[in-house]
Amino acid sequence: MGRFIAKRLVGMVGVLFAISVIVFLIFNVIPNSDPAARIAGKNADAELIARVNDDLGLNDPLPVQYVTLMKEIFTGQLTSYSSDLNVDEQIREGIPATMSLCIGAAIIWMAFAIVFGYLSAVRAGGKLDTMLTVLALIGISLPVFWLAAILLYYLSFRVQLFPTGGYVPLTEDPAQWAYHLLLPWITLAVLFIGFYSRLLRSSMLDVMNEDYVRTARAKGLSERQVRTRHVLRNSLIPIVTLFGLDFGAVVGGGAILTETVFNINGVGLYAGEAIGSLDLPPLMAVTMFGAFFIVLFNTIVDILYAYLDPRIRLGSSAV
Amino acid sequence: MPGGEVPLHLDLSGSAVGLEGVEGRSPWYLAYLRLRRNKVALAFGGLFIAIVLFCLAGPLWATHVAGTDPNTNHITDTIEIGGEETDVVAPNGTPLGPGLHAKYLLGADQNGRDVMVRLMYGGRTSIYIGVVAALVTTFFAVLVALLAGFYRGWTDSALSRFMDVIWAFPVLLLGIALGTALAVGGLKLGPIVIAGDSLWIPILIIGFVYVPYMARPLRGEILALREKEFIEAATAQGKGSWRIMFTELMPNITSTIIVFFTLNIANNMLLESALSFLGAGVQPPNASWGTMIADGYQTIYTAPHLTIVPGLMIVLTVLSLNVFGDGLRDALDPRAKIRLES
Repeated sequence: MGRFIAKRLVGMVGVLFAISVIVFLIFNVIPNSDPAARIAGKNADAELIARVNDDLGLNDPLPVQYVTLMKEIFTGQLTSYSSDLNVDEQIREGIPATMSLCIGAAIIWMAFAIVFGYLSAVRAGGKLDTMLTVLALIGISLPVFWLAAILLYYLSFRVQLFPTGGYVPLTEDPAQWAYHLLLPWITLAVLFIGFYSRLLRSSMLDVMNEDYVRTARAKGLSERQVRTRHVLRNSLIPIVTLFGLDFGAVVGGGAILTETVFNINGVGLYAGEAIGSLDLPPLMAVTMFGAFFIVLFNTIVDILYAYLDPRIRLGSSAV
Repeated sequence: MPGGEVPLHLDLSGSAVGLEGVEGRSPWYLAYLRLRRNKVALAFGGLFIAIVLFCLAGPLWATHVAGTDPNTNHITDTIEIGGEETDVVAPNGTPLGPGLHAKYLLGADQNGRDVMVRLMYGGRTSIYIGVVAALVTTFFAVLVALLAGFYRGWTDSALSRFMDVIWAFPVLLLGIALGTALAVGGLKLGPIVIAGDSLWIPILIIGFVYVPYMARPLRGEILALREKEFIEAATAQGKGSWRIMFTELMPNITSTIIVFFTLNIANNMLLESALSFLGAGVQPPNASWGTMIADGYQTIYTAPHLTIVPGLMIVLTVLSLNVFGDGLRDALDPRAKIRLES
């Protein structure tokens, strides 16, 4: 187990390094224009561009530039030159809102996906299954930001059932917090409900043909017990693996659209606003932190899995 | 065989048929027969073709019915509706809504532009980006899968590690990073120079970010195929590596590629609309359904049709591709569990 963890951690450091190089390349090397002028922002004067050049050492050789940029990001020195605000601080301020949005949405999407996927698989081929399949396909075909806009327009503006966006911190007023987040939670969850319920359905249909399910029936368990204890539990393995990856991806940047439309001042809204003003330093940092978070999360999931299922760590040490 | 008669020919269901046998049917023909039976998939495939034709007809509608091109403003114009002169854009800035009039069938936007015409032209951009980006993704994914799966060893390790790193970025965030970095000055990679407002910027970005999602499962298939006897036979015949890759291995993953390609167009269109909505995708003067929603969303409370209509088109197009792609998968490879993860 120790060897497995060590191996995974070394791999993680390698990937993190590669990610930081790619972010550096994307923002500083590939584009066909003066990096200082782009990083300084839309309405920069010559003086500001000179300051950017100086801060980030953009006249140095590329490897030195890379080191300077990483130093700026990891010591919390990176500033947005358009707004003159510290980037790391802004990201840190956005984290509670983003986590509130993502955790709530994740609970909703797992709950509904399991219920829908279970019902679909149990009634495979029937009317309910067809109906849920249609709903799932519509769910994965909806652009998130459009769904958000439509829900806001009809439910908040026309019917005035919900507030028109905004975020109330949990510590300030828990009821208002949930009330403001309900629509964003649903919006963010819809895509995943569609995707996961279909995945669970096919996974359950596979498991139903396994020998141990027949054994469970043979030893006299009720159909309900067979389905929940044996079929559902084993079918959840691929879903939970994927959930680890997707939750990381949602926190690491997937919530940008939802936060932008519902005006939730989290990390995503911060990034979204930076795009509008083509303010690159926040985007560099958010991209980097987002990818780092995902890699970290994946490694944790991997290690947890190896802990829970010995076959995984034995399999990988054999390779 | 001693004792009893054993039928020499078996049909697909396993029941015996007469000694005259069955006509040889290619796997493609069998797939076609299965697809033909799936009426829902066919209907949605037809819907996609109808949407493409609708968008292609844009110039015809623009010149013969609407009498305006997609980018001309008509803020101060008036049109006659039911014998009454009506402002295209009311003095308070509210544009004309949808109604049964040839001009402005779907209303006007804040600049007095004809939404119907813009919808058709925007669709051309959205679908064009979706399809061309899917071609880009497919090309690179197949290449990576063939190289990694055929050569294995360090080629596989290097390519797979690179894919893993790209995979670690959230698709949307990577698209945004590339989109904003390239929007100003464009791209310069060696001899290739692309302007910042070119459609090729979103096409290449979208095409690039989905490569690992398609390359990974394809590589798995190649790795399995590579162990089969027919590859050994080809090697024994003296076929070169590239000939084996393209004439032996690739034809065997064609059905998977077709399914991935179809579903990839749908994903590409969703990503394009999201990037364009955030301002990191299609840049003006080009318009796509995504940029139309971005523009319309500014005035959703006074003119909701500007947001609803292009969004519905995206949903219909993506849905039609998803359902058709699903049907295609069932038809081409009924036993396979391939799926495009996103």
